[in-house]
Amino acid sequence: MTTNDVAVTSEPEVVTKDRVVIRFAGDSGDGMQLTGDRFTSETAAFGNDLSTLPNYPAEIRAPAGTLPGVSSFQLHFANYDILTPGDRPDVLVAMNPAALKANIGDLPHGGVLIVNTDEFTKRNLTKVGYDANPLEDDSLADFQVHPVAMATLTRGALEETGLSKKDAERAKNMFALGLLSWMYHRPHEGTERFLREKFARKPEIAEANVLAFRAGHAYGETTEAFAVTYEVAPAKLAPGTYRQITGNTAMSYGIVAAGRTTGLPVFLGSYPITPASDILHELSKHKAFGVTTFQAEDEIAGVGSAIGASFGGALGVTTTSGPGISLKSEAIGLAVSLELPLLVIDVQRGGPSTGLPTKTEQADLLQAMFGRNGEAPLPIIAPQSPGDCFHAALEAAAVAVRYRTPVIVLSDGALANGSEPWNVPDVSALEPVDPQFATAPNAPDGSGEFWPYLRDSETLARPWAVPGTPGLEHRVGGLEKADGRGSISYDPDNHDRMIRLRQAKIDGITVPDIEVDDPSGEAELLVIGWGSTFGPIVAGARRVRGKGHKIATAHVRNLNPMPANLGEVLRRYKTVLAPEMNLGQLALLLRGRYLVDVKSYTKVSGLPFKAEELQDVFLDYLSGDHPDTNTTNGATHGAVTGAQA
Amino acid sequence: MSTDLGLPSIGGLDLVPHTDAKQTAKDYTSDQEVRWCPGCGDYAVLAAVRQFLPTLGIKRENTVFVSGIGCSSRFPYYLNTYGMHSIHGRAPTIATGLAVSRPDLSVWVVTGDGDALSIGGNHLIHALRRNVNLKILLFNNRIYGLTKGQYSPTSEVGKVTKSTPMGSVDHPFNPVSLALGAEASFVGRALDSDRKSLTEVLGAAAAHRGSALVEIFQDCPIFNDGSFDLLRKPETKDQRLIAVRDGEPIVFGPADDQYAVVQKGFRLEVVKAASVDPSEIVIHDAANHELAFALSRLSDQNLDHTVTGIFRNVDRTTYDDGARAQVQQAKDRNPDVDLQALLNGRDTWTIAG
Repeated sequence: MTTNDVAVTSEPEVVTKDRVVIRFAGDSGDGMQLTGDRFTSETAAFGNDLSTLPNYPAEIRAPAGTLPGVSSFQLHFANYDILTPGDRPDVLVAMNPAALKANIGDLPHGGVLIVNTDEFTKRNLTKVGYDANPLEDDSLADFQVHPVAMATLTRGALEETGLSKKDAERAKNMFALGLLSWMYHRPHEGTERFLREKFARKPEIAEANVLAFRAGHAYGETTEAFAVTYEVAPAKLAPGTYRQITGNTAMSYGIVAAGRTTGLPVFLGSYPITPASDILHELSKHKAFGVTTFQAEDEIAGVGSAIGASFGGALGVTTTSGPGISLKSEAIGLAVSLELPLLVIDVQRGGPSTGLPTKTEQADLLQAMFGRNGEAPLPIIAPQSPGDCFHAALEAAAVAVRYRTPVIVLSDGALANGSEPWNVPDVSALEPVDPQFATAPNAPDGSGEFWPYLRDSETLARPWAVPGTPGLEHRVGGLEKADGRGSISYDPDNHDRMIRLRQAKIDGITVPDIEVDDPSGEAELLVIGWGSTFGPIVAGARRVRGKGHKIATAHVRNLNPMPANLGEVLRRYKTVLAPEMNLGQLALLLRGRYLVDVKSYTKVSGLPFKAEELQDVFLDYLSGDHPDTNTTNGATHGAVTGAQA
Repeated sequence: MSTDLGLPSIGGLDLVPHTDAKQTAKDYTSDQEVRWCPGCGDYAVLAAVRQFLPTLGIKRENTVFVSGIGCSSRFPYYLNTYGMHSIHGRAPTIATGLAVSRPDLSVWVVTGDGDALSIGGNHLIHALRRNVNLKILLFNNRIYGLTKGQYSPTSEVGKVTKSTPMGSVDHPFNPVSLALGAEASFVGRALDSDRKSLTEVLGAAAAHRGSALVEIFQDCPIFNDGSFDLLRKPETKDQRLIAVRDGEPIVFGPADDQYAVVQKGFRLEVVKAASVDPSEIVIHDAANHELAFALSRLSDQNLDHTVTGIFRNVDRTTYDDGARAQVQQAKDRNPDVDLQALLNGRDTWTIAG
């Protein structure tokens, strides 16, 4: 090839695509999450719809270059509204042999593979069990392989800066980002600004990262190695102002906003736990909004302090993940008995026990529902997407204040760390909630006493009288209380009545009817989900419809109490299928409550469902091939099918 | 290194609304029938507290008692203030959330040796370390009463109880040493039946800004009767009870047969006052952490020498004042804080309709 040839062919072909999935994979020290975040921000700024899936080890720095140390970030972006972070990457960026080995199985034939060759040393290859260098044999022949000496090129670009070899090489993730940004025509002003702000205290590091980023971009432009670049047009989303947001950030903003809508100071009592800690971090930045954050000595103190704050008239909040919910159970039961507002955020992760701290799962539903001693009902709300965490937190706070009850919000690891474009709500349109503090004695007998358990006839909520209110001094506690008066009561009939009153209060909470998406109105299969499975379920259903089939979907956002029309909806369909990242917890509730033969498709791998996988399951059910379609007692079936999908 | 938050040193009740109205013990008595066993030491403490609270001159509705689980934890029901009977061991956590969010309240925790030192041990030490403005009354009867007589974390080694028929092999806590080790800024001790001293310690605790731990020795007449008799009987108490007072030499006993506390190496020792030069007698200094600890080590489970009064009383920025100051500072710095701007963040894009 002559230089003239290069000149002639230097303008690469631009291919237009509807959607692309990119996965950045490297060592956990390689900055893959940051790289993914930045590409996401650029993509959001460009106006694509997007969805992301970070996937990283629980260890902060697992041994370098090993398979357990691989960290990845997958991003799906498109020119239409998408619902999942994508099943398989179209492009895999592998920063070392471990990242290649751990991820190559997901790359489809013909997929683009960009490899940082500098890390493919004999030692690193041996570490992950490669006998030969896969870049030098034909094992990668099925893929479009682009070997790039990223560390060397980065070092070269930073020669002038005087940075040490080691420091210079650390910027290689920005080189990769620059290269991909060029390939996909992403804007780059945001990243340069971001880097200058992030490293404001170390301007030389900021400059090095910007240089590396530009070098990656220039490399794409000037080498003839890449014959094609891709264009994904902006998506046509609903009108509005958008930003990119993760579930944990949206949840934090929802809590801040709840302080505004209720007019209450927010008090967060929390103990650090993955993957919920970011909510504590975020809220601790927003003191100016009247938010107090308290890092407690343990999970129990987290919820205890929140209950104390609520007793004092604040909006008490506690945030945690599954193991923390286990520890908080007794205190949540106390809040049920005290009938005080309390927000409990459970960002679910893999269990049981310590389980898989950084992976997602939705196996705390029954714990949220029943995980307390005695009859201790409480409302449960589960957001369906990262941005929806904002609305879930707001709704939970409104219910907590209106009904004087603890409310559990069930998020999960995929929502917490995943991100999407978010149609930013108009603050002036948020519905205010009047806490209606008690100010005067209320005894119906005219005695001038205050009865702390005299209920509102409509909501069955009790009065919330905060210390400092003269004449309303009263005592509450975990012992059973006399209906109305609230003094200790061991009376059998009173206990039975109070149990039923507490249940009736929760059962009577107003929740919106469930909406069914059944475009043809003729579907016989209804797929019902909750929480973060919303995306893959709807995406799977779209694919099935695209093949000419009829399928209905519905999503249960209010898990307790459930929508009033849910039983009727379930009975309308010949087959009801509930895909869950647990062994069938929603299905158990639905079967028990509505006597409908709900089928389960379950997978508990720590990763979200894939759209293709659900599509195949749906098709099985539609064609009658699925074993469960021919049985009447099909409870939990799926793990094996899931693995085959 | 400590961070100076620049907060003024103020008293424990300075932010609580005061009243000039005359209040009585009756005002602080709820309509609930008291249900402790006849002869229980809790009665004496309840009577003392009902007498004592009106003297504080604060509004009754701004007083809150929070308790855990156990006999003593029924205490809030019997006071006509705001109150919460919570769950086992967790009262300090609830009181912490309340005290942080409400500076205008006088917050009290009522707990026992099992509640505070066994199931709630973690919360106790952290509340003390943080120095939250709350007062902890630790009723120590060295036994589990409500569960009908098992040994507690303050029971003597060898104690025969329902759960230790061959005697307990468990080593007990010294609650005062524990509190001092947990960085408590105020630690006091009193005997339930000594109304005068108890009231004095409670008064100083209420005036103290920060966490105050008051250990109250108290009898369980059903399961551990007479456990503090050595400190009560006229014939033994004089040789055993050492009432300390800030700035005064530590001497005790009848005038004609006085004892004194002197320093010996790193420890304190009790000697006949007449046998030492008066200059050798230790002067109590409630600001001296090491002295307070040494005093706590004079008393053992055998009650040979038992110090009462205020061991330690020092000023240290409270957690709740610090936390509120940060919130205020953030508000002052951002007077025009805008929720819409927060939600929008820095990078938004608009899709037109």
